[in-house]
This record gives sequence, C-alpha cells and structure tokens, in this order.
Amino acid sequence: MKRHSLIRAFSLLIRRDFILAMRHRAEMANPLLFFILVTSLFPLGIGANPRLLQAVGPGVIWVAALLAALLSLDGVFRSDFEDGTLEQYLLSSHPVSLLVLAKVLAHWLITGLPLLLISPLLGVFLGLPAAGIQILFITLLLGTPVLSLIGAVGVALTVGLRKGGMILSLLVLPLYVPLLIFASSAVDTAAAGLPVTAHLSLIAALLVLALSLSPFATAAALRVSLS
Amino acid sequence: MTDSGTKSYSLEARALECVRDDRTLFRDLAFRLEPGQALLLEGRNGSGKTSLLRILCGIRLPDAGMIAWCGTDIQRLGADYYQHTAYVGHRDGIKLDLTPMENLAMARALGRPSDMTLEAALARVDLYGFEDVPTRNLSAGQQRRLALARLLVTDATLWILDEPFTSLDVHGIRVIEELLEAHAQQGGMLAVTSHHAVNLQRSPVHRINLSA
Amino acid sequence: MFNNFFHKLASPKYFYRIAGAWIPWLAATCLLLFLAGLYYGLVVAPPDYQQGESYRIMFVHVPAAWMSMFIYMVMAVTGGIGLVWRMKLAEVIAISSAPIGASFTFLALVTGSFWGRPMWGTWWVWDARLTSELILLFLYLGVIALHGAIEDRRNAARAVAILALVGVINIPIIHYSVEWWNTLHQGPTVTKFDKPSIHISMLIPLLLMALAFKLYYAFVVLMRARCEVLERERSTGWVRELAEAK
Repeated sequence: MKRHSLIRAFSLLIRRDFILAMRHRAEMANPLLFFILVTSLFPLGIGANPRLLQAVGPGVIWVAALLAALLSLDGVFRSDFEDGTLEQYLLSSHPVSLLVLAKVLAHWLITGLPLLLISPLLGVFLGLPAAGIQILFITLLLGTPVLSLIGAVGVALTVGLRKGGMILSLLVLPLYVPLLIFASSAVDTAAAGLPVTAHLSLIAALLVLALSLSPFATAAALRVSLS
Repeated sequence: MTDSGTKSYSLEARALECVRDDRTLFRDLAFRLEPGQALLLEGRNGSGKTSLLRILCGIRLPDAGMIAWCGTDIQRLGADYYQHTAYVGHRDGIKLDLTPMENLAMARALGRPSDMTLEAALARVDLYGFEDVPTRNLSAGQQRRLALARLLVTDATLWILDEPFTSLDVHGIRVIEELLEAHAQQGGMLAVTSHHAVNLQRSPVHRINLSA
Repeated sequence: MFNNFFHKLASPKYFYRIAGAWIPWLAATCLLLFLAGLYYGLVVAPPDYQQGESYRIMFVHVPAAWMSMFIYMVMAVTGGIGLVWRMKLAEVIAISSAPIGASFTFLALVTGSFWGRPMWGTWWVWDARLTSELILLFLYLGVIALHGAIEDRRNAARAVAILALVGVINIPIIHYSVEWWNTLHQGPTVTKFDKPSIHISMLIPLLLMALAFKLYYAFVVLMRARCEVLERERSTGWVRELAEAK
C-alpha cells in the first residue's frame, strides 16, 4: 500500500509541475530562446569563418546549454517556496529525496528536453559535421539531467535567500566543469571521426553519480533552507 | 479516521529552547498533549509562537531539548512522525495556478489519505461549487479555507495550525472552529496559535503564553 | 581521560582557553620552520639546470597548493561532523577555515602565475594545476558567500557543510577532468616540479615549507575560531566576564 502511494505521489508531482508549466506556457520558452540566442551571438562575436566556428562549436553550444540550464533552475523550488508548498514536501510521509527527484525530473522534462531537441539545429548553425551533431545530441541527453540534478542542490541551498540567484551561479558553475570538459571534448573528438565511447562512459558515470547522490544532498539542503 | 483502533498517541515537549537572532525566545519549555486535547499558544508578535510550531512540525531544530511522539524523538522518527501530522502555516501551502481539486489531490497524495473525498472536504469548508475555479480567483478567505481543507484529506492525528483564522470572516471562523472541535472530539490533537480567541467548548485546552 | 578531554574540548569556553594557550607555541614553531625552509630553499638548494633561479617560487607555490586542498578537506570533514553530530565547535572550525583556504588558493594562483611568467612570457597560462586551483578558489568563494548570505548562524553553518561535502566529492572529479583536458589541448605547464623525480636538496625545503604552512593554518584557524566562538557565545556569562575583565 505504501509503495503504491509513493508511486502515485511521484507521478502526481510530475504531472502537477507539468500542468503548472503549461499554464505559464510563455515562460517555458525563455531558456530555449536564451540557448538559441547565445549560440547565435558567437558567430557575430568571433566572425563567421566556418573552420573557426566548427572548432569552437561544441564548447560554445555546451556553455550556452549550461547557462540556459542555470537560468531555468531558479524556478525549480522558488514558487513552491513562496506559496508554502515546499515545506509540505518536507512534512510528507514519503521520502523527501524521492519527491525532490520527481521535481527535478519534471524540471528536466520541461526545460532540459527542449534544449536537447533544438540542439541539432544549433549544430548546423555552427557547422558541425553529422557525426558531431549526433554525439552532441547524446551528450546533451546524458548531460542535461546532470545539470538539473547538480543545479538542484545549489537551488535548494539558496531558495530562502533574497538574492539567491546571484550566488547560485557561483555555487553551481564550478561543479559543472567536469561535464563541460568531457562533453565538449566528446563532440570535438566525434567531429574528427574518432571513437567516443570513453567520453560517453564518463558522462554516463557522472549521471549515475548525480542520480544517486544529488537527491539526498538536495533534500538536506531544503531542510536547512526551510528551517 | 484513525488506523487500527484508537492508539494512545502522545506529544511531549521536553526542555525546549529556541534562540533567534541571538535572543532566547523561550527556554525549558515543557508540555504534554494527548488525544482529544488542544494546545493554544499565545503571546506577542515575535515571541516565538511560529518558531515553536515549526519545531513541533520538525521543520525547525530546537536549540535545546526535544519533541517526543509516543516517547521517541521526532527527529529520529522522520516520516513515521509526519504521517501523523498536518501543518497549515502562515502561507497557505496551495498553488494559485491549480484548482482546489488539484490542490487537494496533491495534498492527499503527499500524506496518508483519509476516507473523505475531495468534494466532501471542499464542502465541509464551505467551498462547494468552487471545485474547478482557479485558486487565484478565490478570495483570501476562500483560499485560507482551502488551505485548511488539506487537513481533511489526510489522516493526521495532530493538526498544527499557525493563525488558522487569518482572512476569515465570522462565518468562516465558525466553520473552522467546528472542524477543530470535531477533530478533537474524534481523538485528534491540536496545536494552534491564534490572535483570535479559539472557542473549543467540549475539549480541554492547554494554554501557553510565550510572552510570560 | 582522553574521552573526557574531547568532551570538554567541545565546550566553547574550554576550547577558547586551550586554543589561547596553544597559539603562541604554534606560531613560534611556524616561524622557525619558515626561516629554516626559506634558508634551505633560497640559499642552500642549487639552481635548476633548466629554469635557473626562478624555479624557487615553487617553495611557496607547491605548499600553498597542497594547503588549499588540505584545508578544503578539513572544512568538509569538520562541516560534516558539525552537521551529523551537531557539534558547535566543528561548525566553528569549518567556517573559520574557509577564508584561510581561499587565501592559500589565491597565493597558489599568484605564485603560479609568477612562476609561469619567465617561462611563457604571459601572466596566465591554462596549466592543469592553475586551472584546478582557480576552480577551487571559486568553490571557496561560494562557501564564503553562502555563509555570509544566510542570516541564522546555525543554518548558515549547516548549509555550508552541505556545500563543502558536495564540493569535496567533486574536487577529485574536477581535478582529473582538468588534467585530462590539459593533456588534450597540449597546453603549457609550469608544474612539472612536484612529480616524484625531485632532488633531495629541493625536497627538504619543500617539506619544511609545507610543515610551516600547516602550522600557520593551525594557529590562524584557532585565532579565527576563538573570535567566532566569542561572537556566538556573546550572551553567555563567561564571555561577559571576559569583556568586563578587560
């Protein structure tokens, strides 16, 4: 009985966040537009030389993805914090870490997935070869959940602060560095036609690590922020 | 309303201390609450009433002492304690962009479901007919009543309420008082702060004044 | 008896006294080790056949880098102890360590930059260690910023402990990934020196300086911790007595 209600709570929470996002449909587009805009700014900033763009392409797209994820993260817990629903998660009969996982999953589906789907287009903008675009997609598929999971810890630590958004970047961006390094290098290597299983395994390992540890850290951080 | 028969629950505070902004709000506070009883916290603004309620919830750690549920420290019980409690704080704990039905469905899923249907719960707090109106469009009093309806959809023995009568008109206050009275009569426990006088005719009320 | 010692040590008042007694000794020993280390490093150790005299800055750079990592570990461990066992003293040590760690990281960055200048002609190179140190500096600044932003002292300590623990898990990952990134792009290195094949005449001053830095950290963290303890306990009797006695 208990397990059934936990699954219900999990799926209901995801559905609820979906419904809420749908009722503010315009806001959903913001991180996506940011992603596209930032990526498009680079050719304007550094020149449209195709070889140059291809060389910096992977890094640029991934940095833009990081920043877009960061932009969207603040919303994960903030509105719940403000109307008092966040503390209800802490008072639930279900483990907070699983409720947190539900929220992060919902967040990824709403903000990370669109980034993932638009990425081939951006790969084309920066002149990446087909192999590169393919691997770009896979790195984003594995990597954007990591961005949401690690970012959730940062958001949970700063949700109670007034100027939380500014500190959030400082807390979270250094933690994104390994993912950035592995992912952009994977795309680079794939664009050169070399195998990338090692890179992808490393990113997958990061994903597994984040999945297993981040919900607990986020739950602990929420307890502190709501104290 | 209760699970397997009426168990003898008890809520006990032992040597509680709360410090905020380097001021000791209260020290060596102790009380015991049994089924059917209500705890009423009184005191000036800033005397620590909300902090004490949050300590009772387990959200806030006391600076000294502990809260025991059936003899065990609530910090150690975790979810085993939370399934017996329901909290309505200053903020309503409802999402304005959802309908009352959606809000109550979420509240029910998070706790232990009670036998009452969501529609019946809404009717009990006098929100019949507003099931699918966006919560944003309800008045402040109606939103408060919706927040309190959360208490009805979960099967919690201990109700922890921070200023439940905020924004309510005379009729609303009466509705909620009836709810509290019924809960205590059925063996529930109440911990309430209120500027407004809480009239519970048939249940013993412990009063604690934190300004004293 | 040992158990009793730790139990008493956890009491802020006792800690204040004991720490006060230790500080002068630690400081004196630290000074001696510094002088010895600098003497051996600057005077006795021979010039490097490749870099000449300019390599000597490593006697500051390398121990500073070691300290920056070590202090983060200490911060994470004491933070964790404070979080799990709610020991006030552990929290105090953790938060007192953060600025010291940040300073050592900054020192490592600056000396690393000076080291690279004669070799590469620029003030900054994306060397593996320097890049790792830069990220570590951001991690420290994050801890300090988060602590400053949370008003309630106890919650600030708990939040920072969580952040430090998350950071400590990430540091090896960051370190490894940056090393790897560096080899990929064949960037310049300044830090070949601390690989195992270092000569004994250079190793001795290095270890002396490392020990000196450790003692420096020890007495400075105790000083900061005493200040923090005074602030936290300012409403208790023994602190008031201290203030009145002055």
